[in-house]
Amino acid sequence: MEYLLLIYSDEKDMAATPPAELEQMMGAYMAYTQALAGANVLRGGNRLRPISAATTVRTTGGKTQTLDGPFAETREQLGGYYLIDVPDLDAALSWASRCPGAQYGSVEVRPIWAM
Amino acid sequence: MSTDAHRAAEQAARQSYGKLVAWLAARSRDVAAAEDALADAFAAALATWPAQGVPSAPEAWLLTAARRRLIDMARRRHTAETASDVLLLSLEQAAAEADASGSVPDQRLRLMFACAHPAIDPAMRSPLMLQTVLGLDAATIAAVFLMPAATMGQRLVRAKRRIRDAGIPFRLPMQEDLPARLDAVLEAVYAAFAAGWVDPAALDHRRQGLADEALWLCRVLTELLPDEPEVLGLLALMLHASARVGARRDASGGYIPLSAQDPARWNAAAIAEAETLLLRASSLRRIGRFQLEAAVQSAHAARRRTGWTDWAAIVSIYDGLLVLTGSPVIAVNRAVALAETAGAAAALAALDASADAPELAAYQPYWAARADLLARLGHAGPARAAYARALALERDPAARRFLEVRQMALAAPRG
Repeated sequence: MEYLLLIYSDEKDMAATPPAELEQMMGAYMAYTQALAGANVLRGGNRLRPISAATTVRTTGGKTQTLDGPFAETREQLGGYYLIDVPDLDAALSWASRCPGAQYGSVEVRPIWAM
Repeated sequence: MSTDAHRAAEQAARQSYGKLVAWLAARSRDVAAAEDALADAFAAALATWPAQGVPSAPEAWLLTAARRRLIDMARRRHTAETASDVLLLSLEQAAAEADASGSVPDQRLRLMFACAHPAIDPAMRSPLMLQTVLGLDAATIAAVFLMPAATMGQRLVRAKRRIRDAGIPFRLPMQEDLPARLDAVLEAVYAAFAAGWVDPAALDHRRQGLADEALWLCRVLTELLPDEPEVLGLLALMLHASARVGARRDASGGYIPLSAQDPARWNAAAIAEAETLLLRASSLRRIGRFQLEAAVQSAHAARRRTGWTDWAAIVSIYDGLLVLTGSPVIAVNRAVALAETAGAAAALAALDASADAPELAAYQPYWAARADLLARLGHAGPARAAYARALALERDPAARRFLEVRQMALAAPRG
């Protein structure tokens, strides 16, 4: 099954993190990505720019509304994702718990709904 | 003939239901579809067995009928999808394996681990297990867990959909996860037992039956995991409790607390079985919560032989439990035992220490214990208030009468 690991964290905390710690975090992400690739479960993944770069679009009655900012204001923001292919939820949860994002915020595990 | 067929179908249902659901759902993870197919198979059995006679292997007959139905349903759902072809193939292969061995492989343990998976709401684990392993209907489960039948039905449907959609596996957990995951399974079994146990008057006969169903579930677990001491401990605990079920009422239906029960009315066979289990559990040298709780029950049961209760031993077992669980409910039980060794004042002080725990606000035994200790220390006013609080939390009429009599025995303040 394919699962999306959605990595959430508080952007304000991230912005206040000292550079040395950020560097360490980047290293952890690199190692984690390599581990996913090495286990042949990695299908995709990326970082996202902060919500200050987000734009939300909604079309109602044929009229398109464009809003500056994210879909919803929340305490933690979506900051990146991995798409993985593993046998079941246990395997997905096991990868999610090792994701550096789980230490700095939380990782939501969502099964892909195949089309 | 027809009653024979009915009885055979009922017996097959009781013994095989969980096995068949587990087997049918293991690959697709679709418990609801497995249950639907099985319901059709049972209906077909009741329609054909009276006329054609009960087949020599009812379980295999039901499996074949349910499997055919499941394959029909899968075909109808996605005719053009290659994924479903793969699914059908694996279903056919597994069926061939089952037929070759002549019996259905027992995968109920996997089903139980799926029901008690960390991704399932803890409150739904026990109901889910009762439905999928034992085949109890939503209305019966709802009555036991004090919930409207429609709500319980919806939550069960949602939980099963979650097993399928989230990809909750039907397999045994990894060794490193086993203790925590097994604990969740045991908690769910114990919750089913407790739900049946809290209603000693059997106001609702379905509740009384539930304690037996939980015992049965735990026996299945001991067969499947014979070397897990906590499984043995839980079975011992539940057997000790059920040994006293008849002794909790006098001839006129009045409530008798444990300390006033006549040990001759306890079920000797159940106690003996519990003791044997506990001994075997302790020989495995891995102590745990359920073994310790069973040890407390064992100490109470010893009164049958010795004529007295070793409260000091009970307090020390509770000390261990408290370290292990940190549970305020355990702290209340410990305080009650402490009253017998160190006196009511020490016990009340121990109760006060955990009085702030939010779990205790609606925990009847806490208020009843508090009331009793206050009464023993001569604080009639606060004792009456605590009894009132306990009464507000008690449904059982016999237990209510018991508390009311005690409350009234406290002399009313004279003017």
